[in-house]
Amino acid sequence: MANYSGDLDSVFHALADPTRRAVLQRLGKGPATVSELAEPFGIGLPTFMKHVGVLESTGLIRTRKRGRVRTCLLERRKLAAAERWFDEQRAIWASRFDNLDNLLERLSESDHET
Amino acid sequence: MTMKPDLRFDFVVDKTEHSITVKREFAAKRQLVWDCYTKQELLDQWFAPKPLTTRTKHMEFRGGGHWHYAMVTPDGQEFWGRQDYQTINPIDGYVALDAFSDETGAVNPELPRARWDVGFTELGPRTLVTTIVLYKSADDVQKVIDMGLENGLASTLERLEELLLTMHA
Repeated sequence: MANYSGDLDSVFHALADPTRRAVLQRLGKGPATVSELAEPFGIGLPTFMKHVGVLESTGLIRTRKRGRVRTCLLERRKLAAAERWFDEQRAIWASRFDNLDNLLERLSESDHET
Repeated sequence: MTMKPDLRFDFVVDKTEHSITVKREFAAKRQLVWDCYTKQELLDQWFAPKPLTTRTKHMEFRGGGHWHYAMVTPDGQEFWGRQDYQTINPIDGYVALDAFSDETGAVNPELPRARWDVGFTELGPRTLVTTIVLYKSADDVQKVIDMGLENGLASTLERLEELLLTMHA
């Protein structure tokens, strides 16, 4: 459970940036080196490394260095905890509202009959 | 049984405000929708997500009163909750404090409570219900998430989600 105990604020901050969200999306397909990740954004490597640093400090990704190549990996469990919870909440509300639609329909019908 | 396609449904997580805003339109008059939110015999017919059912143990809809209920799985597992009503303005809206509780109605002190601000707006023959679920801090949200992971609620909900997907397919 220790993996989940990070500060949610920092996760939110990390996810608020489009570049960082795109990096996470790319890493969802598998590990990649920093230069591979940086390429589509057309921004300098020092700037890009700041984004990598933010993601790494939240525990959303891990990096490891071999020689001069730094590879990034997605830390799935961490990302999953918050995102999954919000998804679940959405599903709960959607389902209860479906129930309410049906109830309202029944109540309106019986209203018209009387 | 699925949502009517032209009824608005927004679910927005505001990460800096630690809040969730849920907006949903209903094809019914405001008074009727209000009744469904505030009368126990009607709440019991819709509040729990499928396939769970709702069972009210206590309901007193007035400022200072509370609703104590269980959401029950088909195999009989109960998730108890409690909403304490703070302010009520019929039929515009109400504010309640949401809590996890046990069967006796005792609020779980380990878990943060969220404030529910529920508003009802008339849109011609329809009604828009806006629910703002507000936590005190991101830390509070994290506690609720961790609790779900620790006590198996998350896995129950995951199975539930699978069931929902099957039903909507």
